[in-house]
Amino acid sequence: MVTTATVAAWITRYAAIIDENEALLTELDSPIGDADHGANMARGMAAAVPGIDAVPTIDAQLKQVGMAMLSKVGGTSGPLYGTLFLRAAMALGARAEVASSEFAEALATGAAALAERGKADPGDKTMVDALAPAVAALERALSEGHGFADAAAAAFEAADAGREATTPMLARKGRASYLGERSVGHTDPGATSAAYLFRALQEVA
Amino acid sequence: MKKLINSPGTVIADALRGIEVSDNRVRVDHTHRIVLRKEPKADGKVALVSGGGSGHEPLHAGFVGEGMLDAACAGEMFTSPTPDQIVAAIDAADTGAGTLLIVKNYTGDVMNFEMGAELTGAQVRTVLVADDVAVEDSTFTAGRRGVAGTMIVEKIAGAAAEEGMGLDDVASLARAVAASTRSMGMALTSCTVPAAGRPTFDLPEHEMEIGIGIHGEPGRHREPFTDAAHIARQLVEPVLADLNFGDSDVILLVNGMGGTPLIELYVMVAEVTALLEAADVRIARCLVGNYVTSLDMAGCSVTLTRAEPEWLRLYDEPVNTAGLRWGA
Repeated sequence: MVTTATVAAWITRYAAIIDENEALLTELDSPIGDADHGANMARGMAAAVPGIDAVPTIDAQLKQVGMAMLSKVGGTSGPLYGTLFLRAAMALGARAEVASSEFAEALATGAAALAERGKADPGDKTMVDALAPAVAALERALSEGHGFADAAAAAFEAADAGREATTPMLARKGRASYLGERSVGHTDPGATSAAYLFRALQEVA
Repeated sequence: MKKLINSPGTVIADALRGIEVSDNRVRVDHTHRIVLRKEPKADGKVALVSGGGSGHEPLHAGFVGEGMLDAACAGEMFTSPTPDQIVAAIDAADTGAGTLLIVKNYTGDVMNFEMGAELTGAQVRTVLVADDVAVEDSTFTAGRRGVAGTMIVEKIAGAAAEEGMGLDDVASLARAVAASTRSMGMALTSCTVPAAGRPTFDLPEHEMEIGIGIHGEPGRHREPFTDAAHIARQLVEPVLADLNFGDSDVILLVNGMGGTPLIELYVMVAEVTALLEAADVRIARCLVGNYVTSLDMAGCSVTLTRAEPEWLRLYDEPVNTAGLRWGA
């Protein structure tokens, strides 16, 4: 079971992880982007958290996060994370608690919408490389009968492996793609911030 | 870093106050960071809305006014505006005849304008400008970038919208102008983003970067610094190789990147013109200045538009904006 308390804890923890790693995200974004991923994500999450524990339904909580990402982040991360949260919210409807499998399915719907918005496939060196395996692992573990905490741990493991796998990849999307071969050898900052989503989920599940 | 700012975090808000007090053609919505015409267009006229990251001034806010844009959204420095800004700009500018969004082809801009278009109730068409020939392998990248050619699209489409052309026709015209426009840029120095406080890339004294975009991103290649005649060839040749500019009138724009003195741009336009004449390119109109900039970057770009006679007529129509003004 996932409740509004779970989601509030997840989002609050995610904001804290982003905050702690703002400099790292910016550093990752410097050689292959424009050195603003840390600052942009921190600004977005700072706007997402206030009042999240008082929002009565999960979909409204996810919508609050999505709108904060959309209106405060800008660049590519804003619309991408905005799409992820807004589409997940739409998939759930106005409820204060949902089955873990429904929550996982909503995240998968959001992640698919994000990939479509960014026209990115796995292997393009983007946040999709962390997100897609993570939501797949979450759904798989739940369908195999594991509890939500174990499933979240499996999702984080898959997300982190996906993040790490972006290092040798050649970027095919976004500003990094203009670097061609010079993008190889750098871990994707978007895949890193996406992996943090599941690190936070694992910690609160 | 020495800059005429109060703090890196307030540059955009402070500059918007400056635009408001200095330009009586526009009003500023500070909440949404949009610049709008003070006198809205008459009902039934297609609205033109553009915008992008800040740091490219006068693009886009400086092109708001009669004969060009109706609204411009100012994003964070070199960062696309957000969908809520774009929706606010469309809603304020739309007269009921629909809105054309003019978007530079950068992933962030494309996505944010796409979401803005989905969220507004207005009828919207979008033109993507992707004039930068420096991006060679566009199949495996986000595609060519939108750079200085954007202002040519804004000028010609703006004149057509002012005359009362319908939404679909203005959109087709803008797309045709964009498809007939090519640019190539170079940098002598990097730019310094205020929040970063140091140059975006290191460029040694004796080197220059060829094929840059307008956000301090690296270019096609680096080579030893040389003279204006040689640099002009480096910019003109890839443009001419990319599109046939023969048998047509051409609009030439020699654009400064923000930190280049006008006298150097005149030196460049003399060299560029000589090369184009030698290649039998017919220069019908020529514009020189800092129009689509990259903060304090020193360098320039060359833009050519293969112009149909009707486009030249529209280009010559009056325009009255802070950044571009003639006939008005």
